[in-house]
Amino acid sequence: MPLRDHPRVVMGHGGGGLMSAELVENIFAPAFGGSTLADSAALTLGGARLAFSTDSFVVRPLFFPGGCIGDLAVNGTVNDLAMSGARAAYLSCGVILEEGVEMSVVGRVAQAMGAAARAAGVAVVTGDTKVVEAGHGDGIYLNTAGIGLIPAGVDLRPQRAVPGDVVIVSGEIGLHGVAIMSVREGLEFGVEIVSDCAPLGGLVDAMLAVTPDLHVLRDPTRGGLAAALNEIAAAAGVGVAVRERAVPVPPEVANACAILGLDPMYVANEGKLVAFVPREHADAVLAAMRAHPLGARAAVIGECVAEHPGMVVARTALGGTRVVDLPLGEQLPRIC
Amino acid sequence: MKYLEEFRDPELARGLLEDIRAAVTRPWALMEVCGGQTHTIIRHGIDQLLPEGVELIHGPGCPVCVTPLEVIDKALEIAGRPGVIFCSFGDMLRVPGSDRDLFRVRGEGGDVRVVYSPLDALRIARENPDREVVFFGIGFETTAPPNAMTVHQARKQGIRNFSMLVSHVRVPPAIEAIMTSPDCRVQGFLAAGHVCSVMGVEEYPELAARHRVPIVVTGFEPLDILEGIRRTVRQLERGEHTVENAYERAVRPEGNPAARAMLEDVFEVTDRAWRGIGVIPGSGWRLSERYRAYDAEHRFEVSGITTRESALCRSGEVLQGLIKPHECEAFGTTCTPRNPLGATMVSTEGACAAYYLYRRLGTPAALEVTPVG
Repeated sequence: MPLRDHPRVVMGHGGGGLMSAELVENIFAPAFGGSTLADSAALTLGGARLAFSTDSFVVRPLFFPGGCIGDLAVNGTVNDLAMSGARAAYLSCGVILEEGVEMSVVGRVAQAMGAAARAAGVAVVTGDTKVVEAGHGDGIYLNTAGIGLIPAGVDLRPQRAVPGDVVIVSGEIGLHGVAIMSVREGLEFGVEIVSDCAPLGGLVDAMLAVTPDLHVLRDPTRGGLAAALNEIAAAAGVGVAVRERAVPVPPEVANACAILGLDPMYVANEGKLVAFVPREHADAVLAAMRAHPLGARAAVIGECVAEHPGMVVARTALGGTRVVDLPLGEQLPRIC
Repeated sequence: MKYLEEFRDPELARGLLEDIRAAVTRPWALMEVCGGQTHTIIRHGIDQLLPEGVELIHGPGCPVCVTPLEVIDKALEIAGRPGVIFCSFGDMLRVPGSDRDLFRVRGEGGDVRVVYSPLDALRIARENPDREVVFFGIGFETTAPPNAMTVHQARKQGIRNFSMLVSHVRVPPAIEAIMTSPDCRVQGFLAAGHVCSVMGVEEYPELAARHRVPIVVTGFEPLDILEGIRRTVRQLERGEHTVENAYERAVRPEGNPAARAMLEDVFEVTDRAWRGIGVIPGSGWRLSERYRAYDAEHRFEVSGITTRESALCRSGEVLQGLIKPHECEAFGTTCTPRNPLGATMVSTEGACAAYYLYRRLGTPAALEVTPVG
């Protein structure tokens, strides 16, 4: 059938949903010896606990309201490390340039990378540059990899979610995905929607200062909040119950999604995290998050439950329920 | 944009639900015509909140679902040709043809592009004079006017490398077909508000009178749906069968005259096959004689296509309201959004996809969320 047997790669394989997971599970993980290939790996090396992560950035357009591919590339890896509880220390930067791209554009992206690295307190220490022929890229592709130290007593993994955990999101969702869409497709929504691209290391530090016993942190990037919650539910074999009205969705994102027939729960974020916190620490962690600029709009959106393991279920505003599934591939705007 | 939160207010919803409960004295079966309405109903759990006697039957109004397999196969054939740029709305890319979909064609090297407006396809044609640009023109009375306008513009601007693969469908003949089916259980209709915002309501009084069925023009937000149900049930309980407009903020009785004029200029009514249902007389539009040069079916030789529909898929019965999605044996097992046997499982407006996405769990009571925080 059309979606099952794929002799060739389709866009959905990079959408961060079910098809991406299957690609890794069926092709990469077996070839690499069965490792789990998490966004960020926790490693022990010479007695130190390190977090190690890599990410590639192929965003189009290169510049968008609230950022560009450069700060996205830095913050993306910084945040993946932060989700292991690690403050990023060192980054690498791989650059693939398309023949013909203006040098001023390369300069602006590099400046943005430098500024983002300084803001996140991380040093870019190694790199590589390649050029591909005109027509073989979208101007600039970036890869960043990073390492950082995981503090003693911190163990953040999706598998650690347990029934009773309180689920907290650090702020309003959907801004990055809608911001990108508004410039990529030339859609105008009456107000400018700005990406939330930001480094989350400081916010995570503030949370860990309350208790090192956070169970799970996850940045809901591609696939949005829905994908992040589903991955955690599946990894831990728990259910997640979400109160839909408690999920902070800015009105402009809600309106844009309503026009396009998209669900904000599936829209990408670049400066938000979702946390699974033991109930006894939840109030204190929430207060610490709200005291941080990047967590000012933090909200409890639900809880981890023993029912419906592996599934995320939302209570709708009207009082009904719905399953919030793992996205398949890319979200597609509806025809009408 | 306003009018979003206002039409999702839980308190107002509760009031409407109480009105419906108070009004219902016996079972009623209502059909929401449009897939957008189905999506709202399932997405917000409205069907779970209605009194037991009120059953919602999901209608055929998903443009992606009803596009015939033969047309999808023609699209796949044209999109795979060298020199062609094939433009489509996004949700058509996943719809299975006989053996592949447009995503697969793109993966195989076809130039398939997602556009948000048919005018984008016309712009692409202008920018690529040495390529043939084809737009996939599907949908109901809602998407037909801008598509008609685009063909009109192409002719006016003398753009010769643009054509449209047209498979437009019309709602009133579908309602007629449903009501004349011997298995029909539908006692009232929630008509699709956006269709009426274009066409007005003048086609409906005769249908309502002849089939003795109330038709209430309804919008797409949760409160719109509940108000539509309330008015339909109230008519049924009183033994009335008239046309009511419960979507006055968008629908004028005469519709949109400019859009209708454009439709009349560019299209002509034709018999049209609906996927899973079959041919419904007078239920479609095709490009009229004056615009035939812009018809992709004429420009490209795509006849002689043999289609292969899944033998297991019962989407036709779902589209006619004869069964609910989960009553199909393949639902959720051999047929999922990951591996759809029919278009109703592919489109986000499709009843099967809506059931799969939102309704794979037991009773809502088992899902009570304990307040936290």
